[in-house]
Amino acid sequence: MSIQIKLSTTLRDCVPGYVPETGLLFEPEDGPSVLTAGELARRIGLPLEEIKIVMVNCRQSDLNSPVNNGDTVAYFPAVGGG
Amino acid sequence: MFRFLRVNMATKSCVFEDIPEEYAGLGGRALTSTIVAREVNPICTPLGPHNKLVFAPGLLGATNSPNSNRISVGCKSPLTEGIKESNSGGQPGGHLAKLGILAIIVEEMATEGEWWQLEVSKDSAKLVPSPVAGLNNFDAVNKLVEQYGTECSYVTIGRAGEFKLTAASIAFTDRELRPQRHAGRGGVGAVMGSKGLKAIIINPEGGKNHPLADEEAFKAASKRFAKALTSHPITGKGLAEYGTAVLVNILHEAGGLPTRNFTCGQFEQHEAVSGEMMNKVTKERGGEGAVAHGCMSGCIIRCSGIFPDAKGKFKSKWPEYETLWCFGPHSNIGDLDLICTFDHMCDDFGVDTIDVGVAIGVAMAGGGIPLGDGQAVLEAMQGISDGTPLGRVIGCGTATTGRVFGVRRVPCVKGQSLPAYDPRAVKGVGVTYATTPMGADHTAGYSVTANILSCGGKVDPLKKEGQIELSRNLQIATASVDSVGLCLFTAFAILDIPDALAAIVDMLNAKFGWKLTGDDVVTLGQRILSTEIDFNRRAGITEAADHLPDFFTDEPVPPHNTTFDFTPEELQTTFNWIKK
Repeated sequence: MSIQIKLSTTLRDCVPGYVPETGLLFEPEDGPSVLTAGELARRIGLPLEEIKIVMVNCRQSDLNSPVNNGDTVAYFPAVGGG
Repeated sequence: MFRFLRVNMATKSCVFEDIPEEYAGLGGRALTSTIVAREVNPICTPLGPHNKLVFAPGLLGATNSPNSNRISVGCKSPLTEGIKESNSGGQPGGHLAKLGILAIIVEEMATEGEWWQLEVSKDSAKLVPSPVAGLNNFDAVNKLVEQYGTECSYVTIGRAGEFKLTAASIAFTDRELRPQRHAGRGGVGAVMGSKGLKAIIINPEGGKNHPLADEEAFKAASKRFAKALTSHPITGKGLAEYGTAVLVNILHEAGGLPTRNFTCGQFEQHEAVSGEMMNKVTKERGGEGAVAHGCMSGCIIRCSGIFPDAKGKFKSKWPEYETLWCFGPHSNIGDLDLICTFDHMCDDFGVDTIDVGVAIGVAMAGGGIPLGDGQAVLEAMQGISDGTPLGRVIGCGTATTGRVFGVRRVPCVKGQSLPAYDPRAVKGVGVTYATTPMGADHTAGYSVTANILSCGGKVDPLKKEGQIELSRNLQIATASVDSVGLCLFTAFAILDIPDALAAIVDMLNAKFGWKLTGDDVVTLGQRILSTEIDFNRRAGITEAADHLPDFFTDEPVPPHNTTFDFTPEELQTTFNWIKK
């Protein structure tokens, strides 16, 4: 089992070789299988201060939200439009 | 120096008037809606002689405030049969303000078949026969520029407006004289067409910025407002880099990206039509393409990019998120170049990208166009300009198209199509769709901010709690922003940076010598909404119209499998200051 990670706009530049169509697969190698979204972001090298929006399995979440194997986690900087 | 310009299309008289006392202190949407409510019989035929078409820059037009040169267009809408305010960027708002013209009021109708254009300059205005009738917006403006020059700005309708199609828009030229900023919603272009008015040419020569009661105070407040805009990550950077299209991926992820006519909240090919892709393709192709492009003088947000074709030539402006959505996921099309072609056709023919794009997906649902067939859409779209039966149906928008093709799911409120956020997965904006006097309109109270974007607080998009209050507050604030002449995108900074609103209030006070407080801005917003709702009531649109089509309450939408579960009684608490 692994965690699927999706990145938006400038956060993509923080992970070399990121492929937007497939996202990033994260395989927890050690420790507990339950992480927080913030810890996961730190492990893949995202600057936490630039993360404004977190969604876990398409639900609005935050950096303290738990993440389990099999989850999908999406990170966004501050974005807006309309 | 401040005047109204009243234009009678029957007698051809163009008269400058002093501002009547009852309109003092109003601008933009506050002014158009007040004039329409006072002067237009609510039960009149929208495309008849008793309707009026009003153009008004905002209160901070012709000042050095950033992003304050938008223009409001008001009338009784032929699409919703209620009051309409549709606003736009481009240059004409700032030019009219500089000439001291706070409103142009167009009345009556020319003889059917005649087309006129209105020449407006510092001290004169006259109607002359229009040589550009029959042309679409880009050709019309090119020809007008040959005659009147590059210093003027231009307001035009395309052939859709001439045909009086109920999704016809009014085009306003941008800084490069391209007619691609539009008052899109509600069929305002059809009203202009019904009057026989093809174009307005505004010569700003001799115009100047408005006098300020306190120049130093204005300068200081304007600087604070600019700082708020540049320091906020959305208005300072995000919108310039990715346009409003940045929302494609985030709405997909949130399960609120309506796909194949609102039957799903996610689109498999979302990445292909995303803001990230648009940014990448624009940079790779280079040439005439541009990232970070402002549509009007004084814009520091610069969201309006230019999309180049494969050879680097101009193809269209960057389509807005809503345009990408309705011609993309909603119509099962994942081809960015094709969507940009549709966007440009809408700008050229002069139709609302939302009501027409949603009509395309609805026609697909009804079997009128094969699902996802881009070539068939190209032909149907061309029919809008050619005046084919299918083109006229689609050009009349979603509600008409749904009726013609016998469609079960017609996503409209008060005859106007829903934009790009599924109200079952973004419930706050659903409240706005249902209740705004404009017919379904995201910009009337953009609850997507707190529901999805974590801007101005957080409200869970899948739950009911807090949504009515959120929509109410945003609808009030938006009515005020629309009256000041500010681009609505300044609201991202206003919601997060307290000094931004204070700076706007300080600018208004420094310009007019007023003593407004933040509370007065709320009162103004409430007053505008009350005026608009009262017009609708007199037009026969009651509270019973404040609801979504029942498929939104009947059918759960994946991936969250939620419904829009507000009762009519709950929705009717939105405007809680209005006595029944």
